[in-house]
Amino acid sequence: MRWKKFFLFLFLFLFTKAYPSSFVMKSSFLGKDKIFVLFAGPVDKKIAEDKGNYYIYEKPDPDIPLRIKEISLSEDRRSLTISFYEELNQHVPHVVHIKNLISEGRKIGPVVFSVKKSYAGFLLAILIGAMLVHNFVFTKYLGLCVFFGTSRRKSTAIGMGITFTIVMVCSAMISWFLYHYVLVPLHLQFFQVVMFIGIVSLIVQAVDIILRKINPYLFKAFGIYLMLVLANCVILAVPLLIVVNNYNALEAFIFSLGAGLGYFIALFLMSCVREKLELANVPPSYRGLSIAFITAGLFGLAFMGFSGMSIF
Amino acid sequence: MPVKKKTPLNLIMNGLFNENPIFRLALSMCPAVGISTTLMNGFLLGIAVLFVQVASSCTVSLIKNYIHPKIRIPIYSLVIATWVTVIDLTLSAYFPTAYKAVGIFIKLIVTFSIILMRLEVFASREPLIPSFWDGFGMGLGFMFGMMTLGFIREFLGAGTIFGHQILPSRPLLFFILPVAGFFCVGFMMAVYNWVEFTYKRIKEKRMGT
Repeated sequence: MRWKKFFLFLFLFLFTKAYPSSFVMKSSFLGKDKIFVLFAGPVDKKIAEDKGNYYIYEKPDPDIPLRIKEISLSEDRRSLTISFYEELNQHVPHVVHIKNLISEGRKIGPVVFSVKKSYAGFLLAILIGAMLVHNFVFTKYLGLCVFFGTSRRKSTAIGMGITFTIVMVCSAMISWFLYHYVLVPLHLQFFQVVMFIGIVSLIVQAVDIILRKINPYLFKAFGIYLMLVLANCVILAVPLLIVVNNYNALEAFIFSLGAGLGYFIALFLMSCVREKLELANVPPSYRGLSIAFITAGLFGLAFMGFSGMSIF
Repeated sequence: MPVKKKTPLNLIMNGLFNENPIFRLALSMCPAVGISTTLMNGFLLGIAVLFVQVASSCTVSLIKNYIHPKIRIPIYSLVIATWVTVIDLTLSAYFPTAYKAVGIFIKLIVTFSIILMRLEVFASREPLIPSFWDGFGMGLGFMFGMMTLGFIREFLGAGTIFGHQILPSRPLLFFILPVAGFFCVGFMMAVYNWVEFTYKRIKEKRMGT
């Protein structure tokens, strides 16, 4: 009995938490520049489609109202679609303030609710996005020199992939902390390139020296890839993109992990194909890197299938 | 083919053809594939790389005696990063529209392996003047490669050159797709290989007769 009550309360708690204003049943983002709202009952068309009736802003800055392009009510007068002039930044919650609403002659009064995405879904979207949808090798064309150098054998591809992922996550996290707690307070943002590459090269050098002394066996397996990590554009692009996208620490971690794993996947796929290519009969002037590039182009075409895909 | 005499002309020709960074050494491929969609992009990035390569070659060649050999790689990348910051801020101030198209790639010049490799192989051993010419040649070679790719892709893909309409139609729209960069570079490499093979064959024939 007690458990049933507990679940009932939990359910009620979640329900009220998710929909603070009882008249609004459901609200979500629709596409890139629209917000969709579902009401509990039919509302008056004239008042609901009046733009002056709405005040919508991003939660961090309540002083800046978003410009509304069009508001349309559906046939049954229960669902509302609000479209905007600019694309919405869906990473932050949006607060919708409706000054008054009339439903079947009954006055509802001001309605306030916020529209947001679920955070776990957002993190998953970042991970999958960095790994597959915006794969750094096949859709952003970064880190290619090292990519073609180390994708000749499966064993080298795996070694490079593991080393790269570890260094990537470490350096991205350290860069994030130093950027937000040193460079931003001192207003030295233009210094970011020097700092990011400095961090990466110091990490690589330190791991090189320490690993050589502590675990020579491990060094033999992964040491040669360490210096190659430094010549990889992705290692610098990820901290820069984290700054551009304004991610917090957890999101930065997930993003860098996704980038590393995506690179790993790309290397592994490519090495599988290139091992087969060595047995194939290729025209002499296409042999070596030339045919590898054309293969990578085919992979790129395949990865274009992921483009435009959005999860959550 | 190694260069025998280090005269300026030899070093520049070496950068342009024998050791062309894009088509022969296959280093710093990322911009060659990613943003060589127009001639202007190629030109802008070529200028930036030329500047960074020459400046960092000269710097490293001047300070080579004071660098501890164990930590030379971090020092090199810091030198490159400094010069990249200079060109990044300059370009964003003077060419804001073109800078937007090239985007993140100007900052990523830091990690182009061609620059690091030239510092390691050439500038850290040679005096100032040959280092300057080597950097100049390599930068020119990179610019030449980028502009060739940009020309092919813009001309075939959009029928324009530097934004001016040349052809009435768009012959091969495929080339304007970002993915076509891979194919374009692959075909160009094949052309370079083919030229080398034919050159060798003609030479052998001449030696035989």
